Amino acid sequence: MAQRGANPSARPPLPWHQRKPLRALVYHGFVGLFALLMLYPILWLVGSSFKPPDEIWTNQTAILPQEFYPQNYPNGWAGFGGISFTTFYRNSLFYATVGTLLSVSASAVVAYGFARLRFRGRRFWFAIMLVTLMLPTQVQIIPQYIVFKQLGWLNTFYPLLLPRIGGSAFFIFMIIQFIRSIPRDLDEAAMIDGASKIGIFRLVILPQLTPAIITAAIFSFYWTWDEFLVPLIYLNSPELYLVSLALRTFSDPSGQTDWGAIFAMSALSLLPVFVIFIAFQRYLVEGISTTGLKG
Amino acid sequence: MAAATLNKAKRRKKSNFGQDNLVGYLFIGPWLAAFLLFTFIPISVSLLLSFTDYNVLANSGEFIGLDNFQRMFFEDRRYWRSVNATLKYVVFSVPLRLVFALGVAMLLNSYRRGVGVYRAAFYAPSIIGGSIAVAVMWREIFGNDGLVNFALNLLGIDGPNWLGRPETAIWTLIILAAWQFGSPMLIFLAGLKNIPKHLYESAEIDGANAWQRFLRITLPMLTPIIFFNLIMQLISGFMVFTQAFIVTQGKPLDTTLFYALYVYRRAFEQNEMGYASAMAWVMLMVIALLTALVFRSSSYWVHYEAGDGS
Repeated sequence: MAQRGANPSARPPLPWHQRKPLRALVYHGFVGLFALLMLYPILWLVGSSFKPPDEIWTNQTAILPQEFYPQNYPNGWAGFGGISFTTFYRNSLFYATVGTLLSVSASAVVAYGFARLRFRGRRFWFAIMLVTLMLPTQVQIIPQYIVFKQLGWLNTFYPLLLPRIGGSAFFIFMIIQFIRSIPRDLDEAAMIDGASKIGIFRLVILPQLTPAIITAAIFSFYWTWDEFLVPLIYLNSPELYLVSLALRTFSDPSGQTDWGAIFAMSALSLLPVFVIFIAFQRYLVEGISTTGLKG
Repeated sequence: MAAATLNKAKRRKKSNFGQDNLVGYLFIGPWLAAFLLFTFIPISVSLLLSFTDYNVLANSGEFIGLDNFQRMFFEDRRYWRSVNATLKYVVFSVPLRLVFALGVAMLLNSYRRGVGVYRAAFYAPSIIGGSIAVAVMWREIFGNDGLVNFALNLLGIDGPNWLGRPETAIWTLIILAAWQFGSPMLIFLAGLKNIPKHLYESAEIDGANAWQRFLRITLPMLTPIIFFNLIMQLISGFMVFTQAFIVTQGKPLDTTLFYALYVYRRAFEQNEMGYASAMAWVMLMVIALLTALVFRSSSYWVHYEAGDGS
């Protein structure tokens, strides 16, 4: 037996693509190259943001700048119309934080109601909630705009934040799935101890929801950070601009020619997203894989 | 005896049911209130608006019957151009995205080492996909003096004006969409992990080659996930807005004037909210119809494991 294993000629040699080290090399070469190609535009954007103005056009394809020129960042940060990106980042952070808190906390409460409580009309409302997932914003936004305008709420954050008091159908659905995986024995034990439904939610369910809440919070933060259409409609004065709106105005080809600064501010706006991505990758992957959330 | 217990259990269940009614509505109350105030009422109002010529600046509008729809379908040529652009975008970007997603998911599933790093790399473009920064970057990449043409120039090729030509502009947006296949890829990856290994082993023993294994095992086993991804991508494809708004602004010759962008222009740039509402309602109906069609068709091509034996 041992002799046969030691003698390579006892077995016909494997074709090249089945030999282990070679196969690994081909695999990593191919997949790695493809991954690099996918990342190239992002790396290129970051690299270009450190190129001096003339090099941006003469040394376009390179990722690494020949001359390191961080001056693009302070140039860009100065913003436009006398308003710097400090204001825009403050607005975006405020909106993304408060918006996320509202969406996620409301979603957790509503999800518990759907997942654990038996009430008349539950199936009906649940179905309605799923249907709202595929409604185009356009059918809701025009009447909303008319009403908010009548209320004098243009150029305030109310029209952006108020619709979030009911949570988001995506997160409600995700958290429902999660609650369903929590064994009911715990609920029942708490009930025997005399806990009310509200007590069960607070003492039994909520403490276990942490991973689902973190996942929802990350996605909510992303989507709020990137949100464009709704802020575009309601926030018209530059002091209220979010980073997304500011970038659009800042990069307007008719007004701005300092591409280094545009690249710098674009790259910078992606930074919070990537920091969170790297820190919480596990939650994200699990969240998408289990519930099919879109990124 | 048994009947008595059953009755008792029934009664208890019933009383429990009543008990939860109040608490139940207390818990779903926030969603219900927001749904009525910010979704149901606006959508109903939107339907009413679609039969008026409401103008938001004048804050007045009159009932004009079906005039908006008549104008949309028979007089407004831009409307049909926007329908055309949207359909073209959906027809090309959705399958491209799904094919990339499935292909890369299979590549990542076939090997264990370094999968985490690759997965992050392939997902990264999607995580920033909706941002203005990416749209601005894309506009530069395909600009006249942009990265693509610069690279082509190095190869001695004179690149076209990608964003300025009607034949090429929409493709820059389709490529942008294909680049962001991260979420369906992750969902496919989770699905591939759930396919029992023994199916492949027995197929291999029966002498099936890789292509046959893909056609006969992988693809059928994945159909529920393909179905889910298809629905999600179709819906988001029809609603595409930001990318066209920044990268091409609907130009040239309305070849990238996507439906959502056209609704926005009519409603918020030309203040024709009645007409825009009518357009939005047609979009709602089309999406609903298409989703229903895909659902209907699913019984022919989606295989659920439990039902396979019959």
